[in-house]
Amino acid sequence: MDATEIGLWGVPLAILGGAIRVSTPFIFVSLGEAITERSGRINLGLEGTLVFGAMTAYAVAVVTGSPWLGVLAAAGAGLCFGLFHGWICKFRGVNDIAIGIALMLFGSGLAFFFGKPFIQPSAPDLPAIAFGGWSNIPQVQAALNVNVLFLIGAALALFLWWAFRNTRAGLIVRVVGDSSDAARAMGLNPNTVRLLATGVGGALAGIGGAYLSLYYPGSWTERISSGQGLMAVALVIFARWNPLGCFAAALLFGGAGALGPALQSVGVTQGYYLFYAAPYILTLIIMIATSSPSRSLAGAPGELSITK
Amino acid sequence: MTERFMLSRRDLLKTSAAGAALGLASASFPISRAFAATATVGFIYVGPKDDYGYNQAHAEGAATLKGIEGISVVEEENVPETVDVQKTMESMINLDGASLIFPTSFGYFDPHMLAMCAKFPDVQFRHCGGMWNKDKHPMNAGSYFGYIGMGQYLNGVVAGHTSKTKKLGFVAAKPIPQVLLNINSFLLGARSVDPTITCQVIFTGEWSLAVKEAEATNALVDQGADVITCHVDSPKVVVETAAGRGAFVCGYHANQSPLAPEKYLTGAEWNWAKVYKMFVDDLVAGTPLPNFTRGGLADGFVKMSPLGPAVGDAARKQFDGTLAEMMKGGFSVIKGPLKSNKGVVVATEGQAFVETALELESMDYLVEGVVGSTA
Repeated sequence: MDATEIGLWGVPLAILGGAIRVSTPFIFVSLGEAITERSGRINLGLEGTLVFGAMTAYAVAVVTGSPWLGVLAAAGAGLCFGLFHGWICKFRGVNDIAIGIALMLFGSGLAFFFGKPFIQPSAPDLPAIAFGGWSNIPQVQAALNVNVLFLIGAALALFLWWAFRNTRAGLIVRVVGDSSDAARAMGLNPNTVRLLATGVGGALAGIGGAYLSLYYPGSWTERISSGQGLMAVALVIFARWNPLGCFAAALLFGGAGALGPALQSVGVTQGYYLFYAAPYILTLIIMIATSSPSRSLAGAPGELSITK
Repeated sequence: MTERFMLSRRDLLKTSAAGAALGLASASFPISRAFAATATVGFIYVGPKDDYGYNQAHAEGAATLKGIEGISVVEEENVPETVDVQKTMESMINLDGASLIFPTSFGYFDPHMLAMCAKFPDVQFRHCGGMWNKDKHPMNAGSYFGYIGMGQYLNGVVAGHTSKTKKLGFVAAKPIPQVLLNINSFLLGARSVDPTITCQVIFTGEWSLAVKEAEATNALVDQGADVITCHVDSPKVVVETAAGRGAFVCGYHANQSPLAPEKYLTGAEWNWAKVYKMFVDDLVAGTPLPNFTRGGLADGFVKMSPLGPAVGDAARKQFDGTLAEMMKGGFSVIKGPLKSNKGVVVATEGQAFVETALELESMDYLVEGVVGSTA
């Protein structure tokens, strides 16, 4: 290993590397949640879906030897969780937030139950593309090892942003999310649209889980998520239901999360607990800076149970 | 039937099928609590018991008890260090009839285990890592621990020989005395090879945070550390990430060499089987259990992983020599003259703390050469 002294440059590099490495699960879960919430439902169960997706992906990759089959299986499992949530919520008097919390616990519990035999074996990792070849500094090369799923997530954010504005499907999701009555008047069935939107959201969260267990940190343990699914759901509100905003917020969270370890590694060791709070402090600051009494919760879908 | 009102979730689940069994269970307390030939031993883990780390080490120890005649073992994993652990202990006592309980995680001791000690004076509790004190704590409580800092010193010896950059990395969870002793021992072991070596420490703040541990490992390697070790509950992520980045690793808690066969140098492992067997033998024989149990490499409480393929001859020789000296007893890792990394003298010339010194169990400093801070 080449030992190059990079000193303080380690901090911005770690933030960049961290943003790329850590953000992917946030990207997928928050994009999935953005689709679901745009259709007028909140699925808090994505934390459970994320954990179950991580377990499914790891288990399938161990058994078949193919990480991509693992990703596919995780997406499938996530789809099932999402569809289940969407189906239950169509009944009268069912609260989508309560069902989400139930599914969060159910997904985690089920993942722990089936995941027991897969904690010890090693699964093949997802491939990464080396974008750092132009540099001869090993630290830069390591930071620019970009996983394929990150690139897919970035493309997906761009596509969703375009699709919400410019496609018929995007319009349908938005109409259903903003006013059930208007959607019915157009001849749409809100329940079907929400069922599909929640299903797609679940599938994306499952893929986010696959990234956790198959790439970074790259192993299945019961503590793999430590609440990232819930944070991602909160990111959607932070990003004002905008897919590009979700992508940016996920990057911000990933980068800010890398700040604590990076500062300690260059010798800034006092008060590391404060640096670990950096992502949350940043969120607070941005929320305060962007909020105003006249246009609170701009962009919120009208049918969301938190805004109704 | 006042017991009914003390039941926790777990109790309710277990007894919902047959309410009558509840009465039977409470009636049978005195019998199952007595130190008879048959006894139930309870183990409580803070994480999954196959985590390649802390909990696995305890669970492997517990597993060796299962073959002993007249002993049944009950276990519960993923129990948080909150009032939950009190409920787990209550149900192990009330429903499984446990007469000896091992709550194995650091945060279980105060106030949770102490509360249960007062509530169930006939049940014995032995905590891993806690500081049992005759003046402060009840007689049915106790603590046990191993001098694994010695193992980290040996890790450091091998790391010191292997490192080319003369920078070592340590991913630590929380700055509690046991962790600080491990960090200091690791560096001092390395400095016994080359006194210019430094060790960078990163605290993650929690016992198990996979993503943060991976980030910490990456940050250490980015800063040029080429041998990494850790003190977190599950070293799996640290070992895999470090090896993936091309750094060498020293293991902790259990043997992680299958995770990185080429990069794994050696590791400090627990050998709890020996300790648990000792307690259970006393239980079966009806002799009082010791309240304060400690032991090191010589006592078989701690062992080293076999040296990996990357360990050179010089390292091997010094490792064997130091190990042999430790086995004789009286080896001191912390000995004067020694300063903390804030310049405070922690051991004066001629002063030495052997592994059994109680001062080491309230350590609150990092020694000179460790880059890091305890707060």
